[in-house]
This record gives sequence, structure tokens and C-alpha cells, in this order.
Amino acid sequence: MTPGAAYRLALVGNPNCGKSALFNALTGGRQKVGNYPGVTVERRVGRLRTPSGIAIDVIDLPGSYSLTPHSADEAVTHNVILGQQEGELPPDAILCVVDATSLAFHLPLVLELKRLGKPMLVTLNMMDLAERDGIRIDTAALARELGLPVVGSVAVRKAGTSELVETLSSTLETLKNQPPADASAIPTDVRGLRREARRIAQAATVSEGREHKVTRVLDRVFLHRVAGPAILFGLLFLMFQAVFSWAETPMTWIDQSVVGLQALASSEIANPALRSLLVDGIIAGVGSVVIFLPQILILFLFILVLEASGYMARAAFLMDRLMAGVGLNGRAFIPLLSSFACAIPGIMAARTIDSQRDRLTTIMVAPLMTCSARLPVYALIIAAFIPDRKVWGAVGLQGLVMFSLYLFGIAAALAVAAVLKRTMLRGAPQPLLLELPKYQMPNWRDVAIGLWQRARIFMRRAGGIILISMIVLWALSSFPPPPPGATEPPIFYSAAAWVGKGLQTVFAPIGFNWEISVALIPGLAAREVAVAALGTVYALSGSEDAVATSLAETLRNAWTLPTALSFLVWYVFAPQCLSTLAVAKRETNSWRWTFFMAGYLFALAYIFAGATYWITKGIVG
Amino acid sequence: MKVSANTRTLGSLRPGQTCRVIGLADQAVSPELEERLLRMGFAEDAAIEVRHEGLFGRDPMAVKVDGVILALRRREADTILVEVDAPK
Repeated sequence: MTPGAAYRLALVGNPNCGKSALFNALTGGRQKVGNYPGVTVERRVGRLRTPSGIAIDVIDLPGSYSLTPHSADEAVTHNVILGQQEGELPPDAILCVVDATSLAFHLPLVLELKRLGKPMLVTLNMMDLAERDGIRIDTAALARELGLPVVGSVAVRKAGTSELVETLSSTLETLKNQPPADASAIPTDVRGLRREARRIAQAATVSEGREHKVTRVLDRVFLHRVAGPAILFGLLFLMFQAVFSWAETPMTWIDQSVVGLQALASSEIANPALRSLLVDGIIAGVGSVVIFLPQILILFLFILVLEASGYMARAAFLMDRLMAGVGLNGRAFIPLLSSFACAIPGIMAARTIDSQRDRLTTIMVAPLMTCSARLPVYALIIAAFIPDRKVWGAVGLQGLVMFSLYLFGIAAALAVAAVLKRTMLRGAPQPLLLELPKYQMPNWRDVAIGLWQRARIFMRRAGGIILISMIVLWALSSFPPPPPGATEPPIFYSAAAWVGKGLQTVFAPIGFNWEISVALIPGLAAREVAVAALGTVYALSGSEDAVATSLAETLRNAWTLPTALSFLVWYVFAPQCLSTLAVAKRETNSWRWTFFMAGYLFALAYIFAGATYWITKGIVG
Repeated sequence: MKVSANTRTLGSLRPGQTCRVIGLADQAVSPELEERLLRMGFAEDAAIEVRHEGLFGRDPMAVKVDGVILALRRREADTILVEVDAPK
């Protein structure tokens, strides 16, 4: 417990019950996001302060349909409630969140929780939606039937939580000390739970209402056999279009700030070694990463809005058949889509896949989806080597190459998944049982909180692993200094050149020169670092002129076309991201699978880059 | 389980049809699948409305149960025995 909290309250509920929105409404921005030790189930804790001044730590547990754990998420929920979760003290009370628009579906979990005999209360969420649909629930009757206190709340409007907060502050103390409610009448089998839930729901429902019209109408369009997939692909196209075009302006601003900062540092710092470290190492390196923040935020904005609106589950429905072709199911689509932003949240999103084999397969192929960190590498090489002209009248050749690299990654991911599911991870096809939640207007505060958390994770990466690798690279390429009377550029004599020349024996067959080999070393930390590293290597290895001309022009003169294409293809596969491997280790909890991931990706990178090199060489001579 | 002339599997139904669950085809369902299907509401007497179906092989399908819309594949839907309601 963080000091000062009088109570610990665990939020429990089915997925899609609006639990996280309620959590945000109760705790505002005051929340901590981390992980439970040993598993990568996200741990979200926030502080709620009641008007009377009581501090309550609210723990947002992962959504579960039942207490019989089927997935890692459900296991954590189960263990926290029973006080058996490492890294979490047992909660003083449970707040079970129930969607008022589908009581019968949500009540079995309430009954199961009640059987545990812990202090608990129930809150009816989405009361506004229920009212809109004409559903009327007798809260008193529900409380009587359940034998538990029931409070109404509306998570999406903050004002609606005041009744809940008041009840919490007045009842938590008595609830904590009260003997557990009598649970002997609750059935222990699933059928019985279901029946009892339906009986209670009927007893507490005054008016059944009519179905949410918007959901019905929207689904007729979005889940239409032909229009549905067309709209999905249109949305995905719009998303990628937005990532490139909307991000352009803020990226220019960041670029200008970096240049400005470099100029300032150059003029203010007298010591040449320190100046070089700051200007060429730190500012250039970290700047080259921070520049992707706009693209990542735009991609996540789309993903968060699609999720909050209820559309994402429809996308999984529409993609299910395609995913079934490689032995996965529609659920794997969401992690793979997130991986276009970054494989880390993608791999973490695979937690919602209940089959262990499907989850492992999804994690293994997630790094093949073209993440935004590859963009700078692709953009640099394409700008340098692919002519900026139109093919077939209207389509830009550069854009076409970029698009094919994306398709190449997707095809590779599907192929690897198909192979894994037929060999190492063979098993019976897993059923798809997916809830399609009601459509909702996304709550912008929730979206903003989600975006803020992503931005923080990304910036922490830029400040940590990337900063350190840039400093190390700078040191490697600056020391030892060139001997007096040296004829070659200084980097030629540095430790980096040594390493690069050593590695070159491995990479020469696929067309890489020693400069590329050097850049691959810091590029192991994160893909986007390779651009900065190439900048550092070539800026340091050339004359003043080389620094003046742009990196793209430098590369055009230094590399052949086969080398450039080979380098592009290398980046489709190579697992050059320590954070991804670290997250894969945590999620799979297995070194074997982590090494397998790194190994197969490097092997494919080497084979395909080599093939590209020799084929291109054969064609252009 | 009262099997009648109107007994079908849920997997054989098309959008617009409504039905009532009479049970699971025991021999075709593993205990885990049975638990999950029951958990999601495919229990005896549940009223179901078939809503949507996918493009290829009309798979998967979306049905409404207990006020919630669920997606499932024909393969699993074929293990759920239902009695089809007469068209209104």
C-alpha cells in the first residue's frame, strides 16, 4: 500500500463492462501503471480521495468472465482477490462492476465473487445507456436478491460517480468488518450460476427496454458481408495515410528544435570532446528517436478510438476467417494491428488470447509487422535510392516501395504463423468466442489518458536504452583518436571500425560494408538508432563537406543499389530491438522462446537480404 | 433434452432466424468448450437471434444472447442444439 491510503478497493468485472472508464473517472490522472512481478499483466492503481478526505487506493483488475482462470489476466484477477498475488496486498473490499444494459450476462461473475466471502459491493455501470434504451432496473430489488449493496454509477460522466463515491466513503468501514454474506445458496456449477443469474436479472428488471438501435443499425453496415471488410480496409488505409501526412508538421517542428539545440550546444560549449558528445552523440541520437513521437501517437489515437468505440471487436470478427487460414483466430488481429505502431504493446495485447499456443504464435510473429521505428530506416533508404517518379500514371514509386515493404512484413508474419501452427505449436483449432460490445462514443478523457501513458513509455525508452547506446556508440567511434599524421578520417582508427571490420566478414556476403556493420551494433538497441548511427559514422568519417550534404546524398554515393535494397530487406526481418526481446522474454517467461524469436528473425533477415543482394546484383550488374 | 422435428444446430441457422437452446451435443464438446459456451450464455433455454455472418463460408457468425452480441465460428455453433422459432 502506498502510504496514506485508508482502504484498498479492487475493481472487478467482465471485459467491456466499462470498468476502466469507471477507474479513470474515480481516480482521474492520479494512476500508476506497472506490471505484476513475473507476469506481464498490467497493474493499474489509482488514488481516490473522497470529499470527506478518505484516501482509497483503487486497483483496476483485468476484465474476466469467470473466476476459473483461463488466461494470465484472469489468473491475476483471481489471485489478487484471494490475496495470493505477489506484489499486491489483499484488497479490503471488492467493487464488482456490472453493465446495466445486460444484467443476466454479467451477474454470474457477481455470484462467483460473492461465494468467496470477501467484503464487496456492486455498481451498475452504464446506467445512462440503459435509460436511453428504456431498460429500468429496480436497484433495491437487485440488492435484496443478491444480498449485496448495489449502487448506480455512470462512468462516462464524472458527475455520475458522486453517489458511488459517497457510498464508498460511508460503507467501506462497516463492510470491512461485517461477516461475509451468506453464499450457501449460490450454485457451484456453470449451468446453475447462469440460471440463478437469469432469475435475479428478471426479478430486478422493471422494464426490459428495447434494443440499442444505433448498434443494430451500425452493425448492419460494419458487419455486412461485403461492405464490412471494405470499410475495415478503408479505415486501415486512412489510418496509415494519417500516420504519414498528419505527423509531417509536428515532425518538422521537432527536427527544427533538435537542430536549434545542436547549434546552441555547439556555440556554448568550449571543450571539443564534450561538445562532440553532446551534439553528435546525445542530441542527434535522442532527437532521431523523439521525432517519431507524433507518428506513434497518431497510430495509437486510432487504435484507442477504435477500441473505445467498440469497433475493434468487429475488426476481429471480420478478420477471423483470414486468421483461421494460418491457424489463429480473429483475436490475434488486434495485437498484430498494434504492432504496426510498436511490437511492445502488440506483444502485450496478446494477453487477451486465451489459447497459450495461439498467444505464443502471435508473440513470435508480432515483430514482423512493420513498426514505426522502421519508418526512418525505410524513409532514408527509399529517399536515397528509389527515384521519385510516378508509375502507372498516378502512383508514386517511393510510396509503392514503402507499401510493398509493409505487405512483405505482413506476408512473412502470416507465413511464419502458419508454419509455427503446423509444427512447434500444433494443436486443435481454438474456438472464437468474442463479445461484440455496444457501440459507444469514445470518452475523450480516457483516450487522452491512454495516449499520455503510451507517450510516457516511449519517451522513457528514448531517455534510457537509446540514450545509453548513443553515448556508447559515440565513444566507440571517437576513441582511440587517430595517430598523428593520419591520412584516413578519424573513425577509421576507432574501436568502432575494428568491430565493424570484424563483423564485415559475416555481412560481406549480403552486401554490407563496414560502415553498415558498425551501425548495426547500436541498431541492436532500437531500429531507429541505425539512422542516427549511420549519420554518426558517415559524418565522422567524411570531411566537412560530407557533414554538409544530407545523409541520403552521402549514402547514394557510398552504397550500391544492391547493398541498399539488401539493407531494406534486412530491416523487414531483423529483431533489432532489445525492448521487444525483453518484452517477449517477460511475456513468454521463457528464454528458449526469446532466443527462438531472435534466431529465426536473424536467420530470415540474413537469407532474404542476401537473396535480394545477389538477385539485384545479377540484374543491375 | 427434448429433441423435436424443429431441432437444428445453431451453426445451420441464417441471419434473421431466432431459436432457443435445448442443449449441447455432448459427444462433440470437450469439457473446456462446454464450460466456455455455458459461461458465454449458450445454456438451456437461452433465446438466441442470429445477426450476422462473415463473407467466406458465411463464417464466423454473430448472435445475440442475453442482451449481448457474441461472435463464434460455425464449427462451435454446430455443437449447440437449438429449437428454431416459427417465423413471425
